[in-house]
Amino acid sequence: MSGLESLYQDLILDHAKHRHGFGLADGDAASATSHQRNPICGDEITLRVHVDGDRIRDVTWEGAGCSISQASASMLAALIEEDAAGGGMPRAEATGLIDGFREALRSRGATPLDEETFGDAAALSGVSKYTARVKCAMLAWVALEDALARV
Amino acid sequence: MPGIAAPDLDVRAVRADFPILAETVGDAPLVYLDSGATSQKPRGVLDAERDFLEHANSAVHRGAHTLAAEATELFEDARRTVAGFVGARDEELVWTSGATAALNLVAYSIGNATAGRGGPAARRYALAPGDEIVVTEAEHHANLIPWQELAARTGAVLRHIPVRDDGTIDLDAAASLIGERTRVVAFSHVSNVLGIVNPVAALTALAHGAGALTVLDACQSAPHLPLDLPALGVDLAAFSGHKMLGPYGIGGLYGRAEVLDALPPFLTGGSMVTTVTLDEAGFLPAPQKFEAGTQPVSQAVGLAAAVRYLDGLGMPAVHARERVLERRMRDGLRGIPGVRLLGDAEGERVALVAFDVEGVHAHDVGQFLDARGVAVRVGHHCAQPLHRRFGLTASVRASASVFTTEAEIDVFLDAVSGVRAFFGATS
Repeated sequence: MSGLESLYQDLILDHAKHRHGFGLADGDAASATSHQRNPICGDEITLRVHVDGDRIRDVTWEGAGCSISQASASMLAALIEEDAAGGGMPRAEATGLIDGFREALRSRGATPLDEETFGDAAALSGVSKYTARVKCAMLAWVALEDALARV
Repeated sequence: MPGIAAPDLDVRAVRADFPILAETVGDAPLVYLDSGATSQKPRGVLDAERDFLEHANSAVHRGAHTLAAEATELFEDARRTVAGFVGARDEELVWTSGATAALNLVAYSIGNATAGRGGPAARRYALAPGDEIVVTEAEHHANLIPWQELAARTGAVLRHIPVRDDGTIDLDAAASLIGERTRVVAFSHVSNVLGIVNPVAALTALAHGAGALTVLDACQSAPHLPLDLPALGVDLAAFSGHKMLGPYGIGGLYGRAEVLDALPPFLTGGSMVTTVTLDEAGFLPAPQKFEAGTQPVSQAVGLAAAVRYLDGLGMPAVHARERVLERRMRDGLRGIPGVRLLGDAEGERVALVAFDVEGVHAHDVGQFLDARGVAVRVGHHCAQPLHRRFGLTASVRASASVFTTEAEIDVFLDAVSGVRAFFGATS
């Protein structure tokens, strides 16, 4: 069952259980919220981004769905969280990450995610071979893209 | 069919008729338990379509050449065959692209009657604001949304018969919901999520007692049990070819002659008219009145081959076989910790069961089963309200067919029993 284990790496199952950024922070003037749904399976997420000028202060979220969608949201929040000490990730950098993540997931395995850039989320590279699951992994990232466009 | 001794199905011989069963998923043999979504097709169905296209293809009901006559003959023979399969006469069967198209046809025809189309005969089907359309909580979206839309267009009110915890229709609630304002009662013969055979006679009696039209979604019964639509007493019924071993893009709307004759057409255009002037048109009698435009002819011929195949097996035998398979599935699933069956009522069923695995999302369960070659459906199966009623957004559904073996059910059960451990949900 090596295919299955490459899809469901321990890191993914771990994030799906211990979810970073889970629980929405209160909204304010410097925040925007996005609600995204995957109509095929009913997975949903509500994601809120707080910005400080050009920097992202934090990402929090709530939602329910498969382990891929839950892990992906957790990994995204963790990635943003890593930059918090240094003043927060620049918005342009986050937008670039989202684009890179989308490109890799749509590559059918041709473009892996590198750990240097994507942190734990690099473990989601295996999802790109399962086209039916790409939307699960993209859900939180699309929510962040949408929220950033509106704050 | 209690009391009718059915000859056993020769599953090995049946399997040899389905070329797709030779497929593998990775290294694992395909275990296809998704016939509720779409069935696999025996070679005879594929051959019948190809044979038609290679030897008889031409436009039906027009043209004077030999091939056109041959095609028309085969097309109408297919209608007679499929109508016969559901106990109907050929003029009571309208070809549609599937059940969704059939149900929308009915809803739009009623809408057209409401708009004054169809003359005096159609007036009895016209809806007035405050009239009621009754559906059940268990419907597939295809037997729900057309009625929501019809209600929105006409000012009618949509009401819902609840489903009990065991998956059965609450007939007491139905009796109080269906009343003098009820004009349409639409429900499934077998829920595509629960696999339970619904009490058609009781619901039909309630509806007809109120003078309402009955509309049956027979998608999940037509391939699995002996079906006699006139004997069931419903006014209209829909089924899909691709769920009953037939091709895509073909299905049927059965209607009592009196109802089909009275309802105005939905789609209009070529092939369904008598005299056409620049200002108006006269319509052919049913079923042609409802068959505007070029019809899916080779698919109809393929569907006829599918029902001949099912008739060859014998529907009582198919149904008896399904009882064995559904018991094995449900008994096995009940024994797996953390598995909850949706609608676990005893009684008449087809071999289709939906379930939830505690702590593991349905998509993850499906992926895990796929790695063992087991194809199941995951999600809401086009029945979001029913899932919400059971407190879920998604479930896993396994549905068998005439070629399913006990060994395959065991592979499926063994895989399900490994799910929670793999995802660390066994706490």
